[in-house]
Amino acid sequence: MASKVLHAIFTDDDILMQAVKALREKKYSINEVFCPFPVHGLDKAMGLPHTRLAITSFLYGLVGLAIATWMMNFIMIEDWPQNIGGKPSFSYIENMPAFVPIMFEMTVFFAAHLMVITFYMRSKLWPFKKAENPDVRTTDDKFLMEISVNEMNVQAIAEVLHENGASEIKLIDNK
Amino acid sequence: MSHYESPIRKPLVTGDKSYHDVTLDVVRPVEGKANKSWWVVFSIALIAFLWGLGCIVYTVSEGIGTWGLNKTIGWAWDITNFVWWVGIGHAGTLISAVLLLFRQKWRMAINRSAEAMTIFSVVQAGLFPIIHMGRPWLAYWVLPIPNQYGSLWVNFNSPLLWDVFAISTYLSVSLVFWWTGLLPDFAMIRDRAVKPFQKHIYGILAFGWSGRAKDWQRFEEVSLVLAGLATPLVLSVHTIVSFDFATSVIPGWHTTIFPPYFVAGAVFSGFAMVNTLLIIMRKVSNLENYITIQHIELMNIVIMITGSIVGVAYITELFMAWYSGVEYEQYAFLNRATGPYWWAYWSMMFCNVVSPQVMWFPKIRRSIMFSFFISIVVNIGMWFERFVIIVTSLHRDYMPSAWTMFSPTFVDIGIFVGTIGFFFVLFLLYSRTFPVIAQAEVKSILKSSGEKYKKIRAEKGDDAKLYDEPEQEPLPDFSAQFNSKSNS
Repeated sequence: MASKVLHAIFTDDDILMQAVKALREKKYSINEVFCPFPVHGLDKAMGLPHTRLAITSFLYGLVGLAIATWMMNFIMIEDWPQNIGGKPSFSYIENMPAFVPIMFEMTVFFAAHLMVITFYMRSKLWPFKKAENPDVRTTDDKFLMEISVNEMNVQAIAEVLHENGASEIKLIDNK
Repeated sequence: MSHYESPIRKPLVTGDKSYHDVTLDVVRPVEGKANKSWWVVFSIALIAFLWGLGCIVYTVSEGIGTWGLNKTIGWAWDITNFVWWVGIGHAGTLISAVLLLFRQKWRMAINRSAEAMTIFSVVQAGLFPIIHMGRPWLAYWVLPIPNQYGSLWVNFNSPLLWDVFAISTYLSVSLVFWWTGLLPDFAMIRDRAVKPFQKHIYGILAFGWSGRAKDWQRFEEVSLVLAGLATPLVLSVHTIVSFDFATSVIPGWHTTIFPPYFVAGAVFSGFAMVNTLLIIMRKVSNLENYITIQHIELMNIVIMITGSIVGVAYITELFMAWYSGVEYEQYAFLNRATGPYWWAYWSMMFCNVVSPQVMWFPKIRRSIMFSFFISIVVNIGMWFERFVIIVTSLHRDYMPSAWTMFSPTFVDIGIFVGTIGFFFVLFLLYSRTFPVIAQAEVKSILKSSGEKYKKIRAEKGDDAKLYDEPEQEPLPDFSAQFNSKSNS
């Protein structure tokens, strides 16, 4: 049997937050909330774990720094050392001050781009990806909450949503 | 209370705007038709661009000899224009990144256009070194790639190569920062579109953005980290541009003050260009409620402060030239102020140091006409700054027999005018097809900084409800529905 979900529409972020808190208090879990803009504190109220994208960015930055160091050491010191402007290239550390700008730029380049790519992949964002918000109004001014229900709790959950200001509630087959 | 903001702060969204009103106001220029003045300005910009394109083709086919350069002045308008455009490109990242880190809510109405301006102006800047190479199809030689000439690598000791890395990192990071912020707004246009073609296009541009709570959590984290990365990046870019000069031994270039001086000048000219563009755009696209006098005033204050920093830098340079005791250095600055290019020097001084000081008067910095006028003056002044630094230092070199003057040819002028045209072509197309205000972010500050909600709090107290009670239908019997529908 296909599982079912309730779709509740809210007209305001404050009402939405009340409803989220009320549901969480009663230990119902919320599948998803679709919002037109970032609602402050919603992720905490829903009990979402903190994102680790910032940590990945730091690691990507280290990769960029390592690649920059390796690249310039290979090109300027090992493969073809040259005496440029009376500054011989005997060791990386002696020439390092000249390499700092590019070590920095590559760190930023890797940290920024790989983090954004990670974000796009984790959130499934890419060209030709079909949008998955169930109601087009959720990119305008409405908030849609999706909750898994079963025969036993559907009415109880619907009542909580109704009491807390959901303007529309629908029962839908979960795809 | 969670939306509380001190009532002493001026509203950032005026008019009684609701969330839906924000959507309508932002989408109107995209869904509506272009008016006559848009077509007029676009045609002029396009003609200028095509003229510039012609001059570029002429330069590449004939050679750099078509420019006004000579044996003494090997760098003139090309590098002047390059530095000018890169400098203008600094305000976008400053607004979107630095002001985000400082939690300045007023950035939200202007960051989208400022970032667009950044990207379009860095594109203009990038053209100049590529044209100046003479063989632009070999531009990829600046990249460290293995090649058929043995181990002929690029020189990582050279500031010009640092520039390649800095500017390409800056352009690409600004682009993803901009695009990531655009996703929810493209999604808004996509979900409103009625014509299938538009829906399809905006669907592709929006990358399937759905606005899940987790997506927003990641979105905010990514924005914050990108801001943290872009802040040192934007400072590094103009620092490295200034190294192109500062690491040489030309009097007037060889100074340690260049990096902070260039960065301040870049922010200065960038904000001026943002003011120029937004003062027109708020009028043409009816966005006066979002880009308010308060926004313009705050930008004017930034212009005034950075203009003063630039002024201090000019005077420090003069002092250091005298104090150093180096006669070449002393002569370079004496020549700038009193030599044959005195008019360029004093135009620069007047436009950059004197003119922004009028912003001390609240009446002037709150006047749209004055702000617009000063923003143009500042942009002219900043072009002269780069011209003065570059040409006056070169035209009197170490050998008096080589002393000469520079005069641009029609090709120099044509390419410069062409880049202005290209810039405006891009910006005008952007203003009709992109959401020019980061509407999702504006909605997130609407309750704290919108005039409507500030009024409610002023009337009913800080704990007042900031929403209308929703209209609800009676609750149906879902238990019954649950079984009846499961057969389908």
